[in-house]
Amino acid sequence: MSLILIVLAPFLGALLPAVMANAGRRTCALTTLTVSAVALVGLVSRVPEVLAGDMPVAQVEWMPELGLNFTLMLDGLGLFFAALILGIGCLVIIYARYYLSRDDNMGEFFTYLLLFQGAMLGIVLSDNILVLLVFWELTSLSSFLLIGYWKHLPDGRQGARMALTVTGMGGLAMIGGMLILGRIAGSYDLSVILENREAIQASPLYLPALLLILLGCFTKSAQFPFHFWLPHAMAAPTPVSAYLHSATMVKAGIFLMARLWPVLSGTEVWFYLVAGTGLVTMVIGAVVALFKDDLKALLAFSTVSQLGLITFLLGTGSAYAAVAAVFHILNHAIFKCALFMTAGIVDHEAGTRDIRRLGGLWRLMPVTFAIALISGLSLAGVPLFNGFPSKEMMLEEATHVTFFGPEWLVPALATVGALFSAAYSFRLIGHAFLGAKRDDYPAKPHDPGIGMWGPPALLCVLVLVIGILPWLAQPAVFFVAQSVLGTTADIPEGLYLKLWPGITEALMMSAISLAGGLVVLLLFRPAAWLWTAAHVPHAKSIFDGIVAGAVALSRGLTQPLHDGAFTRYAMIFAVAVAALSGHAWLTGEVGPPTREPLPMNEVAVAGWLMLVTATAAIVVFHRNRLFALILMGIVGLMVSIGFALFSAPDLAMTQISVEVVTIILLLLALNFLPDETPRESSGLRRLRDGTVAVVGGLMAAGLSYHLLLRDFVEPSISAYQLENSYKGGGGTNVVNVILVDFRGFDTFGEIIVLGIAAVVIYALTEALLSGPVRAKLLNRRPEKDLAGDMHPLMMVVLTRVIMPLVLMVGVYIFLRGHNMPGGGFIAGLIVAIGLVMQYMASGYYWAADRQRYPFHGIIGAGVLVAGITGIGAWFAGYPFLTSSYGYITIPPLEEFEWASAMGFDLGVFLAVVGAVMLSLESFARMARRRDQKDSEHAMDIDPSRKETT
Amino acid sequence: MSMELIVASAIGILTAAGLYLVMRFRTFPVIVGTSLLTYAVNVFLFASGRLVVNRPPILTGADTYTDPLPQALVLTAIVISFGMTAVAVMIALGAYLGVGDDRVNADERLRDEPDAGREDRA
Repeated sequence: MSLILIVLAPFLGALLPAVMANAGRRTCALTTLTVSAVALVGLVSRVPEVLAGDMPVAQVEWMPELGLNFTLMLDGLGLFFAALILGIGCLVIIYARYYLSRDDNMGEFFTYLLLFQGAMLGIVLSDNILVLLVFWELTSLSSFLLIGYWKHLPDGRQGARMALTVTGMGGLAMIGGMLILGRIAGSYDLSVILENREAIQASPLYLPALLLILLGCFTKSAQFPFHFWLPHAMAAPTPVSAYLHSATMVKAGIFLMARLWPVLSGTEVWFYLVAGTGLVTMVIGAVVALFKDDLKALLAFSTVSQLGLITFLLGTGSAYAAVAAVFHILNHAIFKCALFMTAGIVDHEAGTRDIRRLGGLWRLMPVTFAIALISGLSLAGVPLFNGFPSKEMMLEEATHVTFFGPEWLVPALATVGALFSAAYSFRLIGHAFLGAKRDDYPAKPHDPGIGMWGPPALLCVLVLVIGILPWLAQPAVFFVAQSVLGTTADIPEGLYLKLWPGITEALMMSAISLAGGLVVLLLFRPAAWLWTAAHVPHAKSIFDGIVAGAVALSRGLTQPLHDGAFTRYAMIFAVAVAALSGHAWLTGEVGPPTREPLPMNEVAVAGWLMLVTATAAIVVFHRNRLFALILMGIVGLMVSIGFALFSAPDLAMTQISVEVVTIILLLLALNFLPDETPRESSGLRRLRDGTVAVVGGLMAAGLSYHLLLRDFVEPSISAYQLENSYKGGGGTNVVNVILVDFRGFDTFGEIIVLGIAAVVIYALTEALLSGPVRAKLLNRRPEKDLAGDMHPLMMVVLTRVIMPLVLMVGVYIFLRGHNMPGGGFIAGLIVAIGLVMQYMASGYYWAADRQRYPFHGIIGAGVLVAGITGIGAWFAGYPFLTSSYGYITIPPLEEFEWASAMGFDLGVFLAVVGAVMLSLESFARMARRRDQKDSEHAMDIDPSRKETT
Repeated sequence: MSMELIVASAIGILTAAGLYLVMRFRTFPVIVGTSLLTYAVNVFLFASGRLVVNRPPILTGADTYTDPLPQALVLTAIVISFGMTAVAVMIALGAYLGVGDDRVNADERLRDEPDAGREDRA
């Protein structure tokens, strides 16, 4: 299976559970499992190649100019992680099927899970670091959805937000680091970067790149001091915790450190920073974990601690430690996943995960106890369990590492970490499962069905197999470790993964830690008292404090700027634009006029006079709203005459028809608004606004005047369009050909925008009419007297007679549009006006009853027709929206020209009709009143009608 | 006086009137003002193809035509501006019907307490 398919499988499959959600829980889970299993099988099918030393690569060019290609590769490390992700993923899916209750939306859960799985696979298989970054961010987002899956729990929402904030910020830092790294190496391909160790480490940019990348890794892998998000992410359903915090999400940072190990490691900064952080995290996590009473919180801090251990190993920079790190990644994924599942079972069956309320479960839940015992002892690092050999290797490594001089420091700290690890593991087993049976459990604890204990039991088998026969895992571990080391180092000679290392210092430290762990557990009560008394600062409150500070800061910035005073924004905007333009005017240069002024004529002057008068009158009389509307109509009319005068017949027709519908729209709105605008601004304020307005107007006029007297600096692209309009587009009306052909994609977008605007209006109307406003509207008493004859005979008859004429004009304008002024936009407006007239004459309800197709449908049909016409070009092998044309003769008529652009224009036509009508109709719907009957008849007074009383 | 001056002054006057009305306190004058500004902007964009009389961009075998590109752009702008006006009017209407007044500026009280009346989002 192609690598691309392996990564895409979970993404594509993510749709299925959502669709299958209604087909039953079993089907839904099975579908999800199949998706993961398919990806796993695909992965396995590539294993022989990887083992043979090949590196399968798959590439799709994305933006090669930026060095951004969708390149995937499969090497030992990638294979190892991908197998963990998919293998443990399958177990988690089975477990989740039985864990989730009937109230949980299973489809949603599995969709998120698969999205996350795909993102993780993308990280571990990416060969291009930019692609890796994309997947990295995707894991942050999808884990946010998973952690916050129980949306009704405030803890879940807070935990999800915190995880997103911390890992998202880390991701941001990492983008910077990766870009620097790519810049140093001269390529964003990992395979190239990994071969440039010397160049990268010698570069002065190495340090910033390293710091930024480590910031990303440490936040993701919950290293101190960024560890605090992980325990809060425990509010997620347990399958999520088991998946994210054992094998996947938190291992992503570890993965990246391992991936970049050959180029970044080995320097002093790397050593102190990574090994130091890892060691500190290991100790702190282990100590805190001991004192957590919530099973999952305990496991969360234990995860923090174990991740610290792995980070420490990667940080020391030796090949031996790298082997140990890989081995421990494997072991930790296995036993930690089993432990999380156990915690989930206890929570599920006993009704609580609070250790203080548990105890004595071993009798009631023997199977669960066995699983907890095996995985818990492994976590403690007891021989015969798989946690032991890798921990042993860590202790061995610790004896060879010195920080700042004293030789005992690192081994001592490592022992303390191991000691507390043992202590909390023993506490988990001892306080939750051993001891006397209690009679106050919140529920009746019992073993769950095999669906829930099966997956962790399988993992426990692995724990024992690797624990007793570690050499079985040796080839795989060495293979992966070699791929971490790359060409920089080899696996140390004579190294074997073995059960019994012999009497070494490490074994002594191990013995001390196990014995010490038992002692600490026996002294747990006084220790817990001390812990409480010490008042260790809570990371969450610090985080909340920082967030609150940031919010206060941004509020302090935005509130004064954005205070809801629209008038002020408008003023600031106008003044700012004027100031910028003034600056440009004063500092720029204006060449001499290059165009001859056009002589004016009487029509132009007359039109100008009317426009100026009407505009001035609007300003003076704007308080009388109806009058202002009439004046606005005059302005629009003059503008359209201006278009006609200056060789733009299409614009003139569009403007005049839009004018009609706009005025109707505003009239409809005015029906509900007050008739008068009260006088509110002081004289001084009006003077100030007037000054700003006049300055703005003078500037606009000056700019236009200078522009109009000068030619283009560069010839425009219009010459091309004029030349090719007929040859290529088959139309002589160049404006229409531009709309439906040259710039058809723009037009396609525009009709969609228009449609969306209309649907928004419809939605707002629906919202208004379903709220408290509805009653207000129904009981409204008009302020002014209304005509008694609302649907007058003369108007009804006239509009009916005109209707076919209007439609015919519409068809005519539409058909001639490609060659003569006209087209879909104008025809659509004309037809809409014809329809609106019917509504005006006979009332909304009478007309709506006779409207066969809903206007949304017409908008949709328009967009669809336009889109299908565009897609049609694909079948001819041309890009989207390429048009073609030809001639047909329909006897006995003359020869006709057809152009595929006509189909597109038809789409425009339908969308415009639908959008205009839906907007106007929405306003009309609000006019219904309780004291007024919906008109059954076309007109109120009809001489031919016999009133039935 | 030339045609250029006529068009330029018309753009200026429409802009000035539009700006003045946009700075009023009620929704209706603001909407009228925006419409006037729309006229001004559309005419300005159209005029950026320069003024030409009697040379419509309909291919008839003539030597020169006016610039068709700004016309095509403005044509869609005119139609879109209808959609925009309609949405603005609808929002204004909804606010008026819901709140009971048609002021464009937020209440003083709301301005001082941005979270007033909003649930505490935990």
